[in-house]
Amino acid sequence: MTGYPSLFVQAAFIENLALSFFLGMCMFLATSRRVETAIGLGVAVLVVQTITVPLNNLIYSYLLKEGALTWAGMPDVDLSFLALISFIGVIAAMVQILEMALDRFFPKLFLALGIFLPLVTVNCAILGGSLFMVERDYNFAESVVYGFGSGFGWAVAIAILAGIRERLKYSDVPQGMQGMGITFVTVGLISLSFLAFSGIQIG
Amino acid sequence: MESPAARAFFNPLVNDNPITLQILGLCSALAVTKTLATALIMSLAVMAVITVSNTVISRIRRHMPRNVRLIIQITIIASLVIVVDQLLKAYAYELSRQLSVFVGLIVTNCIIMGRAEAFAMKNDVRLSFLDGLGNALGYSWILILVGAVRELFGSGTLLGVEILPTISAGGWYHPAALMLLPPSAFFLIGFLIWGLRSWKSEQVEQQEFTTLPTGQSERAS
Repeated sequence: MTGYPSLFVQAAFIENLALSFFLGMCMFLATSRRVETAIGLGVAVLVVQTITVPLNNLIYSYLLKEGALTWAGMPDVDLSFLALISFIGVIAAMVQILEMALDRFFPKLFLALGIFLPLVTVNCAILGGSLFMVERDYNFAESVVYGFGSGFGWAVAIAILAGIRERLKYSDVPQGMQGMGITFVTVGLISLSFLAFSGIQIG
Repeated sequence: MESPAARAFFNPLVNDNPITLQILGLCSALAVTKTLATALIMSLAVMAVITVSNTVISRIRRHMPRNVRLIIQITIIASLVIVVDQLLKAYAYELSRQLSVFVGLIVTNCIIMGRAEAFAMKNDVRLSFLDGLGNALGYSWILILVGAVRELFGSGTLLGVEILPTISAGGWYHPAALMLLPPSAFFLIGFLIWGLRSWKSEQVEQQEFTTLPTGQSERAS
């Protein structure tokens, strides 16, 4: 197993959830018109991701995995098919809590993110992070690093795209390519540049 | 005028395509288009889930309290996805391994929630079924097209059958490795949108600013 810094770099840059797995694309494209909203949303994803991936890791390894219920005297029970539904539940609950906390402590940010926050529930990046964690068999510490790293990578990617799109407003884009078309090509180019990170190893 | 049934079914194919116009459901759409086979299986899985979920949700829409409807919808969708996932694992294990987490991600596919919320909650069972099928087909043809292009030019095969003999196999075609990498999916969809909107010009988005034609900028200043 590689070290934690290396896992972080891998999660954040080499296997960027948005750019190489296309996760969270709907929001990624819909809310990247302004840098401010993009960064706010990026932070929301980062926070939710950092909390839910380790939490789901605990739930999976102590309740759902094959043989995980040995401590309860049921060594033959395999509930891993329930993973999907319980992950969604955990994510939805976390988003709800985050929403209430934001409303209480950062009303300004809450107003800015208002309608987007519930959407984080159906953001594929969040569920995808948890599913990758199961598929790759991360232990608890690794899942913390992975959750933080992948959330960070997503936030960076959306901030970059929003920065470019703010500039793009003033450029002369061909008819038909305006709006979504040019955005897709831009994301493609960003994704191409992120390929340069592949092969980087730390520690 | 077209009948509502025809509109529910045909509109999502081109005029209101979920991917190119509504920009929904991209999350899982792009990642599975590396080969045609995965794109096909993914399309079938989404089609099964969206038609059944639309039908079921439309059937019980009058019995759902408004404030818990999202939870009910997501539970229905997640249960359907689990069934599809288990079926794929049982009968097409190799493909389900290639699709890895993306079958599970159908749960968060915005198309399905979007259609449930926007259409199935307001219309009867037959229309919802047709709308689900239409949206699934609108999603599928783009997935299949992108999948076919990426597989054909990226590895010279279609569904694993050799079409363009590659150099490494003694032929003449030098595979474009970029096609197998994620950026190509973005480029292909971007150009597809360009093509579609040149054809259907009412889909063009209005720019916030328009640039002056060349030569006028000096006079303006």
